[in-house]
Amino acid sequence: MAEPVIKRDNSEAAKSTEQTTEKSTLKGTFVSVMILGGFLLLSWLLVFMLFLSRQ
Amino acid sequence: MNVHIHKLEKIWLTFGIAMLIVFLVVLGVATFSMGMAPPSHSHAIDPEQIENTPPFDEPGLKQVGENEYEAVMIAYTFGYKPNDLTVPVGATVHFKVTSPDVVHGFAIPNTNVNMMIVPGEVNHITYTFDEAGEYLVLCNEYCGGGHEFMRTVITVQ
Amino acid sequence: MEHPVDRRDSRLVLSHIIFAYIAMLLGGIAGLLQGLVRGGMIELPAGIGYYQLLTAHGVLMALVFTTFFIIGFLYSTAVKTLGGKLLPVARNLGWLGFIHMAFGTLLATVMILLNKATVLYTFYAPMQASPFFYVALVFIVVGSWMSGFGLFYQYKVWRREHKGKLSPLLAFMAIVTMLLWQIATIGVALEVLLQLIPWSFGWVETVNVMLSRTLFWYFGHPLVYFWLLPAYMCWYVMIPKIIGGKIFSDALARLSFILFLLFSIPVGFHHQLMEPGISPFWKYLQVVLTFMVVIPSLMTAFSLFATFEISGREKGGRGLFGWWKLLPWKDVRFFAPFVGMLVFIPAGAGGLINASNQMNAVVHNTLWVTGHFHLTVATSVALTFFGITYWLVPAMSGRTLTARMNKLGIIQTILWAIGMFFMSGSMHTVGLFGSPRRTAYTTYGDHPDAVLWMPYHVAMAIGGTILFIAVLLMIYNLFALMRTPQGYTEYPIAEVTEHAESTPPLLERWGVWISLVVVLILLAYTVPVMEMLQHDVPGSKGFVTW
Repeated sequence: MAEPVIKRDNSEAAKSTEQTTEKSTLKGTFVSVMILGGFLLLSWLLVFMLFLSRQ
Repeated sequence: MNVHIHKLEKIWLTFGIAMLIVFLVVLGVATFSMGMAPPSHSHAIDPEQIENTPPFDEPGLKQVGENEYEAVMIAYTFGYKPNDLTVPVGATVHFKVTSPDVVHGFAIPNTNVNMMIVPGEVNHITYTFDEAGEYLVLCNEYCGGGHEFMRTVITVQ
Repeated sequence: MEHPVDRRDSRLVLSHIIFAYIAMLLGGIAGLLQGLVRGGMIELPAGIGYYQLLTAHGVLMALVFTTFFIIGFLYSTAVKTLGGKLLPVARNLGWLGFIHMAFGTLLATVMILLNKATVLYTFYAPMQASPFFYVALVFIVVGSWMSGFGLFYQYKVWRREHKGKLSPLLAFMAIVTMLLWQIATIGVALEVLLQLIPWSFGWVETVNVMLSRTLFWYFGHPLVYFWLLPAYMCWYVMIPKIIGGKIFSDALARLSFILFLLFSIPVGFHHQLMEPGISPFWKYLQVVLTFMVVIPSLMTAFSLFATFEISGREKGGRGLFGWWKLLPWKDVRFFAPFVGMLVFIPAGAGGLINASNQMNAVVHNTLWVTGHFHLTVATSVALTFFGITYWLVPAMSGRTLTARMNKLGIIQTILWAIGMFFMSGSMHTVGLFGSPRRTAYTTYGDHPDAVLWMPYHVAMAIGGTILFIAVLLMIYNLFALMRTPQGYTEYPIAEVTEHAESTPPLLERWGVWISLVVVLILLAYTVPVMEMLQHDVPGSKGFVTW
């Protein structure tokens, strides 16, 4: 049997890769939790500084 | 156990856990090598006999050093004995407090003086009064019908 | 198409839910009055004391509303995921538990109203309530054990009939929750049965106060995770379905619950950081263990945001945050729990501060702590429970969630958030200035520090009033949900994403995890408790100080 010839339309492939990347990225999640972590850090530091100032 | 974790989640958790570890190290160092432990004294005392048990048989202020005092106090329903402490500005006061009845609080707002007074136990806390003023000491542990009246004032002049 | 819920099962679930909301209404009336008193706006009529109201508020909100709602909700998860209907043994245990808990609630409420138990919901010795108050608590706790046994039984039978299969995620989480409760309540049961009841009946003269407090807080901390875990169940399993997405990771969800089981119990000392009789070493050790229990919440935050992002991107969301806009904001089943999630951020931040060893001195017994738990249980957990109610009640009773009810739910959620913003925000702030919790109206003889607190107390009263209106609206909503047209309402259970890794069966080896919990508890408590038992002093006689 002859080898099947696969023709590629490169622009389609590029777009679908981009779509898959967009679909599967968790960058927004990462930034959101880091903001959350920043809030935890900031609030803790503020009260810690208050504690030290009253020592 | 093998649980696959997304790369970004790994970074997030690493940051989060590192932050917790930093907090714990700071708190641990402050507790164990900088003398900033939470008030944790332990001293057995019979709550029914505190009037007869030194030093609570003579509550009050006693000078123990250069502008340094020991304040032996009793927290009871609903007040503190003695009720009229006066110290000079800059005085370092070592509070020693117990209760003949229920659990009370001993707290000076806007300072770190905040400890629990448990019958059968004596708790200690030290504070240096750098500024003059009338310091409110209040009970912040519900102790009964007169709880909101339970207070004393320390005059620093 | 799912078959309708057996009427007998729906009756069990709904009885719990309705009882919970009745408790919330009564507790809410108490809370409103408290806020108005502290804000200097009203004086209580003779015949009811501030601290009586406070005791009622704490018991009804933190023990009754929560426990009844949770057990009702967990039974519904058993119905839906462990065979489609309850086995007779499970259902009977469910009713047995309900009756015992209801009786205990009634007895406790009577004792509180008779002013014989004005000891607040923590009932610290040596304040001594009527023995029948403690007996009432026994009924509530033992009743909850019976309810727990019913769930365990249903789960055990399912496991036997599906050997080798992973249990449904929702059921697994329900079992972890009840297991946590069973282990945690041992502490308060020992305190009440072995110490307080003999002492209050006069069979023994004194009580070891430090031991009683320690036993209580051994229970008191995991209590808050008993409240939180059902909310997490909704966030992990139901919210993804509601937003049209999937569960990010079954394995990580189960792992987070196991971590909660391990680390929410051996940490009671962080509620006792300012107490004598416990060494700084053991306090610090339990602080370290407490910080470990933050980790599963960090995991949960990632999982939830990931679920939102994946589902949002699949709907076409672009850019770093475009997917946020595509969440179903107008759907109360999503919106109410989401506000709960959002509020959990400051709530958790406050918790971290509270547990930070000596830093606790800044906030201990101040209104900051009250502000904190009004965010955690009274917003994150409560709004999630409200969000659940909008589909749970019609799903159980064969009715529809109408557009009108949905709209009322959105309004209720917003009202709650506004009220809580003012009330809890003020509480946090004035707490940092030293205003004490659990204290009636006072200016401490017009002391300048205390006078400065008054504007915040007024803001608290305003926030509390808005919250009370929101309570009334929620009660109306519950009532109205039981009168919508008959029809089908989905009980939302999400599937796991195809890309998620498989779940290690080790996570369901209960023997392993229970043993580990026991080891951690012994590690954290044995030495300090031995020191308390060896404390060479007579205990305390009882005091009635109100």
